[in-house]
Parts: sequence; structure tokens; C-alpha cells
Amino acid sequence: MDLSLSTRTVGDRTVVEVGGEIDVYTAPKLREQLVELVNDGSYHLVVDMEGVDFLDSTGLGVLVGGLKRVRAHEGSLRLVCNQERILKIFRITGLTKVFPIHNSVDEAVNATD
Amino acid sequence: MATVELRFSAQPEHVRTARLVAAAVARRAGVDEAVLDEVRLAVGEACSRAVGLHRGHGITAPVRVVLTEEEKVFSIEVGDGVSGAGGGGTGESSGADGASSGELQESDAEGEDEMGLAVISGLVDDVEVTSDADGGVIRMSWPTTPAVTPP
Repeated sequence: MDLSLSTRTVGDRTVVEVGGEIDVYTAPKLREQLVELVNDGSYHLVVDMEGVDFLDSTGLGVLVGGLKRVRAHEGSLRLVCNQERILKIFRITGLTKVFPIHNSVDEAVNATD
Repeated sequence: MATVELRFSAQPEHVRTARLVAAAVARRAGVDEAVLDEVRLAVGEACSRAVGLHRGHGITAPVRVVLTEEEKVFSIEVGDGVSGAGGGGTGESSGADGASSGELQESDAEGEDEMGLAVISGLVDDVEVTSDADGGVIRMSWPTTPAVTPP
């Protein structure tokens, strides 16, 4: 399965819905999408990963890069993920401390901290 | 001992194929279903790393993946053709490391390499990274349970 991406705006947040596999082949597409959003002035991103079947370190690198970009504009990047096998990758790399991870898009969209 | 060997040119789109093949052979070998996700991820990381190394060093030789089914263990070896790159960070630094102060550098190839190895070592209990003049090898293995159901 390839990578699918769609974006929508909810309040001041931009939700990026990601589906499929994020790996060394598809990660550049996600990177392009995040870069484009930031360049267009969307600094508060919610990446919905509920439809993601596979994520590797290349994908983690892209998410970290996205975080770096939005932070440069005092923005935020929140993740939505309930899948244990995806969450495990964030845990073993220590990235659960870097990204706010939410149970639902609603929760992420309304989160403030 | 049964072996499946895979060679693919160092292109990112082939890493998925390597993952699928590895998971299929691992399943057949009797690796626990619950562990197959780990096999898939670990072999993907190892192959992504090898692809990155080959491309970074202009190596046209294919990446090698050897899947070996033994009596109680299933092992995967992913070999690259870059000498001195194994050992994760102890080899020579070939990437551009001009901006060493940044903490979050997404495009830092060395950093992604490190993260890939971090994922592998976090996932796989039995892992060995070696390197010699011919290239580097990541060897990982998982226990298997003998298949009881006939095909």
C-alpha cells in the first residue's frame, strides 16, 4: 500500500490525515506536505496517524523535521495515534517525550498547553 | 537449514518488497505472529540503512538480504557494500556535518542512520552489527516454534 495524504482545517489547526505506509520510499511525500503547509503559514499541525499501517525511522525523521519547522514559528505538531505497534516505535526511540500524542483528532484539535 | 536470498538495487521502493518477503519467510519459519511486526520493521530499517549507504557512497552493487531458517531460530542478514560503515557511528563520518549544533536535523543522513540502528536495537534482542573491508552486515535473529500444521 502506498501513502495517502489529505488535509483539512479545523479552527486554527490543520489536520493531516495519513494513511498507508511511511517508509524510506514514501516519507519524502509526507515531508513535502509538511514543508508546504508550513510555507503556506499553517503552524499548528495535527498529524492523524490512525490510518498508518507501517512507520519506520525515516518517517520518524520526517515528523521530527516537521516539528522543528513549526517550532521555528512557535507552532505545534501533535500526533493522533492509538495503534500499539506504531506507538511502540515512538517509545523505543524516546520520541513520546518529544511529541504530544493524542487519542483522537478532537482531543488534539482542542489541546492547549 | 533453508535459505531465501534477496538482492535488490539500492532503491527505496524495493525496501517494501524486502519487508514483505522477510515477513512471509519468517511466518513460514514459525516466528510468532506477534513478533512479525518487529521482523518487518527491523528488516526495513536495516534495508533502508543499506540503501542509504549505497546511494551515499555511489555503490551500484545490490543490497543483500539472507533469510535463514534453522531448527529453532530464524535469522536475517542484511549486507551492504560500504566498508567501515558498520558499528553505527564508529565508522568514518561521510555525511555533511557542518551544522553540528542543531538538535533536530531531519535531513542529517547520519542521524537517520543512527535512528534506524536505535530502532533495530530496541526491537531485536539478538542483533549484531559487523563490518569489514567488503562491507557491513546487520545480523538479527528470532526464536521459532516448530510448525504443527501441515501446508
